[in-house]
Amino acid sequence: MQKELFEYVLRIGDNALILGQRLGEWCGHGPVLEEDIALTNISLDLIGQARSFLTYAGEVEGLGRDEDKLAFFRDARDFRNILLLEQPNGDFGDTIARSFLYDHFAYLLFESLLHSNVTNIAAIAAKSIKEVTYHRRHSSEWVIRLGDGTAESHDRIQTSINNLWEYTGEMFNADTIDHVVASLGAGTDPSSLYASWKKNVAAVLLEATLEMPADDWMQKGGKQGVHSEHIGFLLAEMQHIPRTYPDAQW
Amino acid sequence: MVSDPSDVFKLLTTVKDPEIPVLNVVDMGVIRRVEIVNDIIEIDITPTYSGCPAMDVIAANVRTTLEREFSNQVKIASVMFPPWTTDWLTDDARAKLMAYGISPPEKNTADKSLLFGHREAVVCPKCQSKNTERISEFGSTACKAHYRCVDCKEPFDHFKCI
Ligand SMILES: [Zn+2]
Repeated sequence: MQKELFEYVLRIGDNALILGQRLGEWCGHGPVLEEDIALTNISLDLIGQARSFLTYAGEVEGLGRDEDKLAFFRDARDFRNILLLEQPNGDFGDTIARSFLYDHFAYLLFESLLHSNVTNIAAIAAKSIKEVTYHRRHSSEWVIRLGDGTAESHDRIQTSINNLWEYTGEMFNADTIDHVVASLGAGTDPSSLYASWKKNVAAVLLEATLEMPADDWMQKGGKQGVHSEHIGFLLAEMQHIPRTYPDAQW
Repeated sequence: MVSDPSDVFKLLTTVKDPEIPVLNVVDMGVIRRVEIVNDIIEIDITPTYSGCPAMDVIAANVRTTLEREFSNQVKIASVMFPPWTTDWLTDDARAKLMAYGISPPEKNTADKSLLFGHREAVVCPKCQSKNTERISEFGSTACKAHYRCVDCKEPFDHFKCI
């Protein structure tokens, strides 16, 4: 049970960490000042969530690894984030589309984790859902603004959503770890979130005059540590300072 | 050596929030518990936002302030639950924010489960007009959004309701 719980918490923490790192890459590159600030604010929230989840994961594991050890001293194969979140930022629309698809999932996940019988998980979820509420609104408003905007913005955000769609299936793929943790009341079976997610996403897409892509082949593997080539570059940037100067202190 | 937690609380009102120096840490509602157990001052602090970079500074300032005044040992813990809410800002804190030029958060956190739930009118701290518009949900710090007043044209920060 401890092993499954560790993996389960690690996945949630890694999702927040990897998306937080990606959004942080926008710092100084936002299309307008307000969005530069928004994306980095959201990044900060996500890294805060990652710190809480990774700290707790380290406690569950019981091998003395803290948040920093887990964030900076694991290799790609040991990361458990879903593939969607490691996809490169692309243009602003690609970034918004990626966040949009994830934010709607994260909101439902944390809402359900409020009822976890593990106090720590419920507490971090209660904190995180307040932040994700804002993130979800931000990304959804942009999907609507771009979709229902000019012909150019409409086509581009539609393309972004189409391109990322094959990564959405992984969010709801339950494996043994999900089943074990859910059966104990500690976590949620992600497949139970799918219907609500689809309904909520569809409502925004409709308002945005966008089409929901058809479900086709879905990518998977990130949750089990099988990643796309993109994560190596991301980790190199994120980890190189602590690896060059291990034990460095502020 | 201090033995009355209310003396500790009183001293903590001199510790300012590093990002909003018009408020102290008690006004902010981030001090969740102060107890003195076997002469050790035990304090629980809760973060406003998960990634709020001010938390480490606040903890350090709380410690130095107490250690300067009292000879007790100080133990600071960070607690996550119940999560911080803007409802914990005191009326006094709201008045101070308004005077400082930051529009305070609406009282009692509304149900925000609706995606685009109804938002209460945000008051301009300059002219008190409710004819204001949001520029960005995300402002200069994690806890603030960016607004502008349609009447007096003043751009201002709004303390987000969470
Ligand atoms: Zn005004």
